Amino acid sequence: MYVYDRQDRMFVQARVEQFRDQANRRLAGEITEDEFKPLRLQNGLYLQLHAYMLRVAIPYGTLNAKQMRALAEIARRFDRSYGHFTTRQNIQFNWIKLEEAADALQVLADADMHAIQTSGNCIRNVTADAWAGVAPDEIEDPRIWGEILRQWSTAHPEFSFLPRKFKIAVTGSPADRAAVRVHDVGLRMHRNAEGQVGFEVMVGGGLGRTPMIGKTLKDWLPKEDLLTYLEAVMRTYNRYGRRDNLYKARIKILVHEIGVEKMRADVEKEFAAVKGGPLSLEPGTIDAIAAHFAPAAYAPKLAFVPEHEALKRSNPDYARWVATNVVPHRQPGYAIVNLSLKPVGGAPGDATAEQMDAVADVAEQYSLGELRVTHTQNLVLPHVAVEDLRTIWAKVTAVGFATPNLGLLTDIIACPGLDFCALANARSIPIAQRITQRFADLDRVHEIGPLSLKISGCINACGHHHVGGIGLLGVEKNGVEFYQITLGGDPGPEAAIGQLLGPAVSGPEAVDAVERVIEAYLTHRRPGEEFVATYRRLGPAPFKDHVYAARA
Amino acid sequence: MPLVRDGAIVADPWISVADDAPVPRDGGAIVSFSRWKAEREALSGLNAPLGLALANTDDVTEIGAATNRFGVIALSFPKFSDGRAYSQARLLRERYGFKGELRATGAVLPDQLVHMLRCGFDAFLPPDDRLLRYWGRVVASLPAFYQPIGTVKPTVEGLREAAAKRPAAA
Repeated sequence: MYVYDRQDRMFVQARVEQFRDQANRRLAGEITEDEFKPLRLQNGLYLQLHAYMLRVAIPYGTLNAKQMRALAEIARRFDRSYGHFTTRQNIQFNWIKLEEAADALQVLADADMHAIQTSGNCIRNVTADAWAGVAPDEIEDPRIWGEILRQWSTAHPEFSFLPRKFKIAVTGSPADRAAVRVHDVGLRMHRNAEGQVGFEVMVGGGLGRTPMIGKTLKDWLPKEDLLTYLEAVMRTYNRYGRRDNLYKARIKILVHEIGVEKMRADVEKEFAAVKGGPLSLEPGTIDAIAAHFAPAAYAPKLAFVPEHEALKRSNPDYARWVATNVVPHRQPGYAIVNLSLKPVGGAPGDATAEQMDAVADVAEQYSLGELRVTHTQNLVLPHVAVEDLRTIWAKVTAVGFATPNLGLLTDIIACPGLDFCALANARSIPIAQRITQRFADLDRVHEIGPLSLKISGCINACGHHHVGGIGLLGVEKNGVEFYQITLGGDPGPEAAIGQLLGPAVSGPEAVDAVERVIEAYLTHRRPGEEFVATYRRLGPAPFKDHVYAARA
Repeated sequence: MPLVRDGAIVADPWISVADDAPVPRDGGAIVSFSRWKAEREALSGLNAPLGLALANTDDVTEIGAATNRFGVIALSFPKFSDGRAYSQARLLRERYGFKGELRATGAVLPDQLVHMLRCGFDAFLPPDDRLLRYWGRVVASLPAFYQPIGTVKPTVEGLREAAAKRPAAA
């Protein structure tokens, strides 16, 4: 993974002092709240319902054991001993005091981390496939590009006051585990006819109140042109993006209003002027960053471990965990272990300081000291020897991260909702908790099969409900929380926005409604057919009939 | 607040001239972009320094090669959160080679000063005295930057290369 050098350290340390000065001037009344707001946002500090929230960047979801311990330390010293992993592979702390924010940033800087540009109308922390560098289907490691983009976008003088926030995601795999089609810019690595690896550049995807699937702006872009091309995209957006209406300021609205052809023409014109300029990437520059992500020096391990096979046969719980949460690794004898932060009755994505320390220990001993955060709010041990799986299972079971539900109904994505968030209309976490309790029976969850359930507490869609197989959107009617149900959403290569099923239901009804959607699916599915495929085949009618029949 | 350059108050020899007012023959006038476009020939023939004030929606590519006809170009920040003038500044400096004074007007605040300097601004008409009071500390706040663009400070990449050439100092 990327290791800071002296220059990177100097930068993040200076950035802490810069923020400390800004916060002190705010506390002394030398800056208005209005003027301070973008400064704190660009250092990850939001004002929430009860306190400040600090959103820490975990670039492209990669961190080491020492960094995980720094997060635990922040949870203990500055929060209530827990943190919340987010859909953008970041972590949020919900109970921060402004007076202590700079000290928390100092803890991060000392661990080669930061909270830069995790909020604000700037280029946000770049996300990527959580299995980058270890997935067997990968063409190239997207983290190389995540890091190049991180450096390029950090404290960018031209693009720090854009019309609105700007999110970039990169996938190096055809499976697209980074949801690149629902980002402001999505980058998909693929080979052209000559076999060279480059990028498909998609633009104008996004969720929020106007969900849109990104459109292809360029089929194949050579690597050396990535930054010049993106500079052209950003400059076009900075110039033409709407600033008259907060809700129409994202690049997706610009692309929608002028059309992708006009957008492409504008970007190409600007690209022609900057192509070959100082932002062109020299092979040496790319190689220097790529060297940080070179494959680990894996000790040779046996791919067939008799004790592992024996335990799978004798212990159904172990077998189920292996089948569900452990996926193949590109290195023979190794596996990718996914840790579920979705226990029955838990808040999706939450981890206590003790859990963070415990997984840091496990990572250090058994995963070459490395961890990942997924956009589904789970963690990953990316380099585990098959022979260590039994030990890992025992250890992560003790930590509470071994629920065998990866990619299943109870692997719920949920935003913080009205329990924490100043924007929310309704609570998300209690609904998630009730659904996981209703579906606590693992046999039933496995019988239902792969299905994503995503919950947002308001139209801003931080819980990605638009791309959930089942999506729940919290709305408020006369002071009461209601939930809209959408079905058929998909964040992957066949990206689709879910369709509204019918009238919103109350909180208690929402759990019943989910159950009835599931009943309809089980009634109508063909053998081996996943939920979204059944929905695509049949449309909403059988689901709608079954859900609302109970209310008639 | 008077004009600020290099952290100090300086005399401002330029006068903003309204679109319907006559342009002084002895020069030193800053005219709007629309006026310059409308009276381009007459104004270009003026044997005196001329300045230009752009709205942040004006298209700087329309000025193009004529940029160095102007002694000063003033760009506007109607709100500090409206960042369009940063792009205009970079284009004027980096693409069209503007050599004159690039002046930031409007909501010019200390915490955006470094961005402005890096994009090529060198003169500032701030709304209050804070820019002047905090000039030194905000300019010194970050030691280097990642982007290799028109910059007043070393880039991280440049420092890396320098460090690689001087292993003892690394």
